[in-house]
Amino acid sequence: MELLRFATAGSVDDGKSTLIGRLLYDSKAIFEDQLEAVERVSSQRGDEYTDLALLTDGLRAEREQGITIDVAYRYFATPARKFIIADTPGHIQYTRNMVTGNSTADLTIVLVDARLGIVEQTRRHAFLASLLRVPHLLVCVNKMDLVDYDQGVFDAIREEFTTFASRLEVADMTFIPISALKGDNVVQRSANMPWYEGASLLHHLEQVYIASDRNLIDPRFPVQWVVRPQASNLPDYRGYAGRIEGGVFRPGDEVMVLPSGLTTTVAGIDTFDGPLDEAFASMSVTLRLSDDIDISRGDMICRPHNRPTVGQDLDAMVCWMTDRPIQVGDFLALKHSTRWVRAVVRDIHYRLDVNTLHRDETATTLGLNDVGRVSLRVTQPLFYDSYRRNRQTGSFILATEDNNVTAGAGMLHGPD
Amino acid sequence: MSSEYESTDYFSMQTDPLSWPSVNESSGAGLAGQYQLSNLRAIETESIHIIREVAAEFERPVLLFSGGKDSVVMLRLAQKAFWPGRIPFPVMHIDTGHNFPEVLAFRDRMVSELGANLVVASVQESIDSGRSVDEGGPDPSRNRLQTRTLLDAIAEYKFDAVFGGARRDEEKARAKERVYSFRDDFGQWDPKNQRPELWSLYNGRHRAGEHIRVFPLSDWTELDIWQYVGEEGLELPSIYFSHRREVFRRDGMLISVGPFVNARGEEEIIETSVRYRTVGDMTCTGAVESSAVSVDEIILEVAASRLTERGATRADDRVSEAAMEDRKREGYF
Repeated sequence: MELLRFATAGSVDDGKSTLIGRLLYDSKAIFEDQLEAVERVSSQRGDEYTDLALLTDGLRAEREQGITIDVAYRYFATPARKFIIADTPGHIQYTRNMVTGNSTADLTIVLVDARLGIVEQTRRHAFLASLLRVPHLLVCVNKMDLVDYDQGVFDAIREEFTTFASRLEVADMTFIPISALKGDNVVQRSANMPWYEGASLLHHLEQVYIASDRNLIDPRFPVQWVVRPQASNLPDYRGYAGRIEGGVFRPGDEVMVLPSGLTTTVAGIDTFDGPLDEAFASMSVTLRLSDDIDISRGDMICRPHNRPTVGQDLDAMVCWMTDRPIQVGDFLALKHSTRWVRAVVRDIHYRLDVNTLHRDETATTLGLNDVGRVSLRVTQPLFYDSYRRNRQTGSFILATEDNNVTAGAGMLHGPD
Repeated sequence: MSSEYESTDYFSMQTDPLSWPSVNESSGAGLAGQYQLSNLRAIETESIHIIREVAAEFERPVLLFSGGKDSVVMLRLAQKAFWPGRIPFPVMHIDTGHNFPEVLAFRDRMVSELGANLVVASVQESIDSGRSVDEGGPDPSRNRLQTRTLLDAIAEYKFDAVFGGARRDEEKARAKERVYSFRDDFGQWDPKNQRPELWSLYNGRHRAGEHIRVFPLSDWTELDIWQYVGEEGLELPSIYFSHRREVFRRDGMLISVGPFVNARGEEEIIETSVRYRTVGDMTCTGAVESSAVSVDEIILEVAASRLTERGATRADDRVSEAAMEDRKREGYF
């Protein structure tokens, strides 16, 4: 069984909660006690129907005010896959929450109301998914029952969306006409839309091919922790623990360690479960090297002929996530792979309107929920790739130095 | 060890030649199928990543160990993270004094086998020293009192990162909690003011007196836990498996007769085959009727269950819709 993470975004009106509720209910991931609790609160509030949003809106303030405050994570499984839904609210703090939910997503579901077609929110969702380089975009044209399951409506929306999306970098885009309320094309193919020949939504989620989404070309191993047992049975053991963030490593591979630039070979790949013949991106392992080189946390193990960019001047798209805006000259803490450095804002090139994609080059600050292109200088060189090439070694977070809150998310530009 | 490794589904082969477009041709799509982890290995590798980050970035981490299945899994993950080195932080048990005796014996054996340092923080001592007051009424639960004892221990030992085994699928307030959950200098959680958490770049920065609760099992479900227990051959306290026990029915739950709680009024004591889905205080943890004596049988039972584990068996969550959120705000696990 594989794992697929997907993000959804939207407001109450577009049927997102109904859709999630249906996926969870039909896959038996909603339990009776949860459903009873939701029904009880719904009827206490005087709702006309059971509000499935209450399943995900767990905080007191959310239930009292009928709003979603934050990203909620939901889990369900079918025999084929386990799914993790990052469910993000459509209005409040939408950029901050969508960027967060999309940062780890394999797929994003954008819901379009068939009666309304493409609206500002649709474009915003699609843009943020492409900014975060979510590999798969799934456009669900919902409420097809309210437009008499008309193929013409679906085709027109698909065409308009495709035209708009040509301005974005979307690798894989799929369209499915559904009715979340009636269940058409959610789990089973619908008899109401014989003209639609594709997969149902759940079938698509089960089958979409995600194995090649990670970078399996560029070997990258940021060192997290040095394993030195110093035990009597392992007096000289020295291993480098970390997660492979790109490519494949095998014993015997010639590797280079940054920042020192020294080269050696992989002597072994160790795990608690035994040594491995190879290890690939996303695996947490421990590398042993043939030569005794001084290596510590924050160093990067790569290949001599396939190295990341080494640099202190960064050019990135930044999403700002806290009330106090940033401006040129601000100092921040920056975390990239396994190291924290200090950063200073050198330039704010433009602020991007996430609805129109207009670049405002007169902008001098980025405020809460703004996205813009920023130049930073950091205290020590980072070993990075462009975000479009590697979502792990191409991303960073920014924290304020006084109260330590996570204030920004950055996606690095660089040579592809 | 290596034979155990072979038996797990580490390289789950994608053999189905589907015609979905491969997105990034330059990423070696042709080879990609064999480089795909199964769900269990994917969440395992993420948990190990989290545990190593904490060990590297904090000065005094500690791992909370209740003897329950989630903390047993967490301990195994910590063992894997630093192998062949030892787990570089102590293990702490918040002892309510109302424990199942089987669980205490199990705890001591596990900790000594791992050679880990065990810190026991006692609710009874908090009561004796006047820091906590037992709830009044019949069969008082010490569930809520654990918070004071936990926060006092964190302050005493100056722990700055506290690993907990909570999962997001357990409870709806937990569904919104971060992997790294910031606590102020009163140990409080502010659900409306959480740090956004992006990619796997965790922000553990904090000032003296503040700390971070870390939940490496956030993305695990109850079924994942049981499947992992099965694959890894992990030992659990015997009360997780079906056994005969004297119980009585209260609020729809089966409560064990014991030194801290007893049937009252019309509650009838029966002896039946039960097992526990969660391990908590004897006073607030209910059993379920079950004949499951093996992990495989439990997996079947969990997959077919129509009640969440906390909904079925935890009186502490039944106080109100926001019982968990309210306790978490105060500094609960």
